[in-house]
Amino acid sequence: MFRFFVRRVIGAAVILLIISAVTFFLFYAIPRDPARAFCGKICPPQNLILIRHNLGMDEPLFVQYWHWLVGIFTGRDLVQFGQCDAPCLGYSFATQESVFSAIIDRFPVTISVTMGAAVVFLSFGIITGMIAAWQQGRPLDKIASTTSVIGASLQIYFVGPIVVFFVVDSMGLLPRPSYIPFTEDPLGWFVHLLIPWVVLSIIFTANYTRMTRSVMVEQLAEDYVRTARAKGMSSRTVFLRFAWRGAMIPIVTIFGVDLATLFGGAIITEQTFTLHGIGELAVRAVQNTDLPMLLGVTLVGAFSIVVLNIVVDVLYAFIDPRVRLA
Amino acid sequence: MTESLLELSGLTKYFPVMGGLVFKRQVGRVHAVDGVDLTVGAGEALGLVGESGCGKSTTGRLVARLLEPSGGTIRYNGQDISHASRRELKPIRSEIQMIFQDPYSSLNPRHTVGTIISGPMEVNGIQPPGGRQKRVRELLETVGLNPEHYNRFPHEFSGGQRQRIGVARALALEPKLIVADEPVSALDVSIQAQVVNLLQQLQRDLGIAFLFIAHDLAVVRHVSQRVAVMYLGKIVEVGDRQSIYERPRHPYTHALLSAVPEVELPEDGVGTERIRLAGDVPSPIDPPSGCRFRTRCWKAQDKCAAEEPPLIQITGNHEGHLTACHFPEEPTVHGDQEIVLDPALA
Amino acid sequence: MTTVTWDREPATPRGPGPFLSVRDLSVQFSTEDGIVHAVDRLSFDLEKGTTLGIVGESGSGKSVSNLSILGLHDKAHTKIGGEIWLEDQELVSASRSTLERLRGNRVAMIFQDPLTSLSPYHTVGRQISEVFRKHKGASKAESRARAIEMLDRVGIPQAKTRLEDYPHQFSGGMRQRVMIAMALVCDPDLLIADEPTTALDVTVQAQILDLLKDLQQDFGTSIILITHDLGVVAKTVHNVLVMYAGRAIEQGTVQQVLREPHHPYTWGLLASMPKLNSNVDLPLLPVRGTPPSLLNPPSGCPFHPRCDYRDLVGPDLCSTERPELSPADGHRDACYLTLAQKREIFNGKIKERL
Repeated sequence: MFRFFVRRVIGAAVILLIISAVTFFLFYAIPRDPARAFCGKICPPQNLILIRHNLGMDEPLFVQYWHWLVGIFTGRDLVQFGQCDAPCLGYSFATQESVFSAIIDRFPVTISVTMGAAVVFLSFGIITGMIAAWQQGRPLDKIASTTSVIGASLQIYFVGPIVVFFVVDSMGLLPRPSYIPFTEDPLGWFVHLLIPWVVLSIIFTANYTRMTRSVMVEQLAEDYVRTARAKGMSSRTVFLRFAWRGAMIPIVTIFGVDLATLFGGAIITEQTFTLHGIGELAVRAVQNTDLPMLLGVTLVGAFSIVVLNIVVDVLYAFIDPRVRLA
Repeated sequence: MTESLLELSGLTKYFPVMGGLVFKRQVGRVHAVDGVDLTVGAGEALGLVGESGCGKSTTGRLVARLLEPSGGTIRYNGQDISHASRRELKPIRSEIQMIFQDPYSSLNPRHTVGTIISGPMEVNGIQPPGGRQKRVRELLETVGLNPEHYNRFPHEFSGGQRQRIGVARALALEPKLIVADEPVSALDVSIQAQVVNLLQQLQRDLGIAFLFIAHDLAVVRHVSQRVAVMYLGKIVEVGDRQSIYERPRHPYTHALLSAVPEVELPEDGVGTERIRLAGDVPSPIDPPSGCRFRTRCWKAQDKCAAEEPPLIQITGNHEGHLTACHFPEEPTVHGDQEIVLDPALA
Repeated sequence: MTTVTWDREPATPRGPGPFLSVRDLSVQFSTEDGIVHAVDRLSFDLEKGTTLGIVGESGSGKSVSNLSILGLHDKAHTKIGGEIWLEDQELVSASRSTLERLRGNRVAMIFQDPLTSLSPYHTVGRQISEVFRKHKGASKAESRARAIEMLDRVGIPQAKTRLEDYPHQFSGGMRQRVMIAMALVCDPDLLIADEPTTALDVTVQAQILDLLKDLQQDFGTSIILITHDLGVVAKTVHNVLVMYAGRAIEQGTVQQVLREPHHPYTWGLLASMPKLNSNVDLPLLPVRGTPPSLLNPPSGCPFHPRCDYRDLVGPDLCSTERPELSPADGHRDACYLTLAQKREIFNGKIKERL
């Protein structure tokens, strides 16, 4: 188990390294010069050279990447911005703020939205899927199946504004979505994020309902489930202890994939509800050709996904002894 | 003995077992086939029997060169094909054909029977006299199917008929050797007999050599002139049919024969002998030292662990009956021994 | 999808009879292709402490009929008719909770593939002991001790430590022993073994069959052994029931059925099997043709399209009217040939080829 964990962590580090390198070198493939943005409208060539030097951009690409990489662990001294403590992700070209602190500021917003939504859609999706499987072929099953198809075909930038219009503007049931730190006002945090959670969940719940139903139906036809019934285990035990155990594995797998989608989708979610999270930061960084910010955001996004995938793998090992003992 | 068509010597095939912390590396290997010497004469049917995991199917795949051996040589018609390239194999591929266990998955469901059977001719650019279609119809008739079914799809046939289609496809190039890997074990008893009869008849009428791989000793006996018994990647005994079935010398062969459930009632007198081994076959990743059967053998002594018994002709055996055992059995099966190693039955 | 309607006769209480009595059992599934007549008016009895072998090829209804004894068939798509009496309890009409109390307790089952039939997510100890806890109300410690005892009895070395292992850590034969231990943990009156050795190697099969026989003597369990292999039957059972296309076509003691079979299909089965001492220069005598589709079973005798002797019976009888098992007791078969004809054909043509 420990070896397994160590192996995953080392693998994750390698992935992060590759992702940051690819982002870094791709950035320089874009024919735009960030130094020019610092230089102002009228830009004498010698100023440009100076700025490039101050930004460290006159060094070879590999050296620049190396400095950036080392800076994360040791901090670095930047001519343009001064001392930057570890973990140093540099300073934004566009806003001059520290990339690391900008991300730290906004990280809770994105995590609150995505994880909160995940809790909602996982619980709803799995419960409705289980009910549908239990009621297989009966009206409840058919209703669940039909609604889930409708749900799965909706898009957040379509549903989001409609829900906000009705719930907030017309009826005034909930406040307009925004982020209030959990530590300051837990209830406010909850109330203000409820709409994004529900809207995201409408789309994802449907998937989990369908999937839970189909894997449960599949598991219920497995030989070992038949054995459990042949042993005289009650239907409830057969359903919850035997079939559900096997159904968890594909659900966890898909959840791992969906997490990445959720993170990537944070860009759209945050735009839709005008939330100031990592997604918004990413959009701005791209618009401004802001390399440090872009690298930071990419790295943090990749880091979160990689960590969550390790969690998923550890979950596998808990669910299935064949993984654990292999 | 007839001149040998196929000659395997010291044939090995290891499959790597991967593991490791960061980078996958080989942590062990499955000794699937571990030093097999066998010959198949032209027109001869050699049966290869053994329990699951003994390497009999891997041997078959090596012979058909669907796999490349890790060591040893495969000689076909005197030519070493152990590591022959795809191009070098091309002319030989048409002479060595394979029949598989599962008639459902080995036929392309989207092709008609005609396309399936003429496929090998097309690939090899063979234009039989009278055209391919005529040849296919002949083949369908040979294997006992209606030639009118030329345009049907595999799913329109029953399991036994599908296996006949597989046989017809194997026959299309007039092969000299057919490797049949458990060709009847997926079929119902009554259908199994039809296919066994067909294979037996083809072997006799067309003079095709067979490497007949199966776990069912009675079926193998019915279609093979010579029989080889495999255990954990090695041949433990080989000889002509009568000699193997009536005078087995290796304890494993003996135990296998004694375990076959025969349709004979206890009071019929025969088959009162009872040899019950304990446990299952050990893992081929880490096979026992010396004689591989020793962990389940009632005759095993220290020598068996220390020294691997060679596959030799032992005294009292028929010509060509080779046994790999330090302490061979008396040459008979008609005893009334009661050897029970299984603790639950003691 | 097609719906199946079924008139069930009212269940009537019965006096003392055989331990298990199946009366006119019919099982039909509705599928997308139509109605599958899996079992058609099947009747048989089982005496206490004996073994009945049910022999048939795939699709003969041998497994389905036994799943329905325990109510394990797919209820949504299945119609069941007839009666199944386990002593004085009728099972076809029994409630779910009655069946749940029965399963694993008075009637247990083992299946063909022990790898897929055991839960990969639970230790074998737990899988065995939970049966004992559920039905006998035993404590955790008691049921654990019982599980160790059972594992030990079925020949699993170091039962105490193996209790904590998962099924994938056992070999095929050992897994089937675990299944057997699990099935017998509550000392059931009836054990249904559905092809228990088909997935196993020959040497392991022999061990398992011996073990079942041995356990039967210890526990006095009645066994229904479902198999396609007449060799397995010869070694293990007292009585045989041969099924074809969802019907019983021959029934008798193992001596009667194997030594002097009456039905042409049984002849075919016997003559299809190569033996270790048969003459290899003679071809086997297979049954011609292929088994019928149960979506649309043949009229009359289901075997008539494949039967070589129907001309002896008369013009159309075999294809129009279903033969019933006769006589009422003893060695019975469902064929219109006269007893003299059967004997003559079997002794004259078939016997020498076996």
